[in-house]
Amino acid sequence: MATTTTTVPSAGPIAGSRSFLSRLRDGDEIARLVTFIFAGTVVIITVLLVYEFWRESYLPRHKFGFAFFVTSVWDPIFDKFGALPFIYGTVVTAGIALLLAVPLGIGAAIFLAELAPARVSDTLQFFIDLLAAVPSVIYGLLGVFIVIPVMRQYIQPALKSSLGFLPFFQGPAYGVGFLTAGIVLAIMVIPYIISVSREVLISVPRDQREAALALGSTRWESTWKVVLPFARTGIMGSIFLALARALGETMAVTMVIGNTPTISASLFSPGYSIAAVIANEFTEATGDLYLQSLIELGLVLFLLTFLLNGMARLLIVVTSQRGSEMGQA
Amino acid sequence: MASVRSAVSVKITPPVSAPTSREPQAPLVMRMTISKVNFYYGPKQVLFDISLNIASNKVTSLIGPSGCGKSTLLRTLNRMHETVRSSRLEGDILIDNQNILAQDVTALRRRVGMVFQRPNPFPKSIFDNVAYGLRINGVKGSIHDAVEKSLRHAALWDEVKDQLHKSAYELSGGQQQRLCIARGLAVEPEVLLLDEPCSALDPISTAKIEELLVQLKDLCTIVIVTHNMQQAARVSDFTAFLLTGQLIEFSPTPQLFTTPSDARTEAYITGRFG
Repeated sequence: MATTTTTVPSAGPIAGSRSFLSRLRDGDEIARLVTFIFAGTVVIITVLLVYEFWRESYLPRHKFGFAFFVTSVWDPIFDKFGALPFIYGTVVTAGIALLLAVPLGIGAAIFLAELAPARVSDTLQFFIDLLAAVPSVIYGLLGVFIVIPVMRQYIQPALKSSLGFLPFFQGPAYGVGFLTAGIVLAIMVIPYIISVSREVLISVPRDQREAALALGSTRWESTWKVVLPFARTGIMGSIFLALARALGETMAVTMVIGNTPTISASLFSPGYSIAAVIANEFTEATGDLYLQSLIELGLVLFLLTFLLNGMARLLIVVTSQRGSEMGQA
Repeated sequence: MASVRSAVSVKITPPVSAPTSREPQAPLVMRMTISKVNFYYGPKQVLFDISLNIASNKVTSLIGPSGCGKSTLLRTLNRMHETVRSSRLEGDILIDNQNILAQDVTALRRRVGMVFQRPNPFPKSIFDNVAYGLRINGVKGSIHDAVEKSLRHAALWDEVKDQLHKSAYELSGGQQQRLCIARGLAVEPEVLLLDEPCSALDPISTAKIEELLVQLKDLCTIVIVTHNMQQAARVSDFTAFLLTGQLIEFSPTPQLFTTPSDARTEAYITGRFG
């Protein structure tokens, strides 16, 4: 046994024949253990998080059961807690944010990666990275002092008079509300989408572009039909990042959403989001049921993020499978 | 500087004109004409006063050591050099007696196709790869027939006919390169440029592509860059030898490899440098 370890000290395939001690001495085993522990902490933290939230939300889970998710009364005085308005507000604001930010962000990324001269692209990228690093409370202030007045005075009246027949654009123009929160969120997540998408687009191999150009593609055809499909998975990644940020954003949303637990088709209506209600009411939660209801809301937010990410990933798998079968048409 | 360059170009002119004096022997039709081309990347000049003719339905190979400018010269023929912002081209390049610089660049690239050093299929199905050029050019009629025709021309049809909708990435490197050739052929180019198409391939795949090139002469004019001299000798009718951005010698291939007229060509083909 000892002879084999000395003759072939580092050959991969027969590593199993070396004693544990000799592998420990070489550092292989230490590196494996240490990095395994690091990787394992991710799983441990996630599991602990869910376990703690689950344990600490015992009272509302037993009192309301599934009704917690589908009732919309949030009344601490009478001990009635329903999460639906908060789930609705979270999903709607994140949805508006992505609806606005995805086309703008990807469009800007295409410009920076494909069309702009390198110097312009790098300079703009510097500012985009700065924007991504601005604390969310600053975006909240921007929302309060700029977005809300502009929404109230110009945008909401304009939408009302032009698209007022749609249920989304009805009701009084308070300024605060779902639409405003969605817009502020969009402003916040656009830098993420641009930054990641630009990196992904730049890293598309040059020979892919050249192959398209050499077949007589215009620059736009090569971008649209070759570069973007090649980069699709990475761009989706940037959208996930934006979605996660939009779902969990607390401060900026709290400052502009209106903090009223309502469910309304109108995007002008004030609303509430899960993150915002936890931040606002946690310190004032009197009574175990109230406090534990907020913790259960945290669990809901966690699951919601998990669920939406999973759905988005599923979407990728489905569309990329279809992509390879396109030729049958 | 200018005087030095003109002195150099005077020196290399005689071997350049050598094959043109032989032209009456065979009824050669010239598809492309490169005349007095100087090429710069920013301030750096990489091609010096290059003039040569590309004969129709023949294989012309460009050989020379790394950095001699052979790939750059090839890329000027369909204006791919324009993807590098700082590049500048002086001189004339004609295709069928029309200046390529005066043409619409996408139309030119449909006439002058290109195959690259590393196989670069799109991450699509085999079928879609070949169909790409047809679709962007709005080809009427059956795309399927055109795809089959191109794959047959590229000697790939029999290997892939039952798996046209599989990803191109599932093919071997040699098959991918033939797929790229099929993709280029699909738009029926008059000239096909190949930039060291076999440098990433094993000998068997290389042999297949060489055999293919000889057959493709009937379809189009071929210009191939290679730093494999045996390959140039095997597949090409004419060979141009470039060194540090200058055209040293341009002759029919057998002549260049057996009785080179320039000492530097002889030194290169006998393996004394490069």
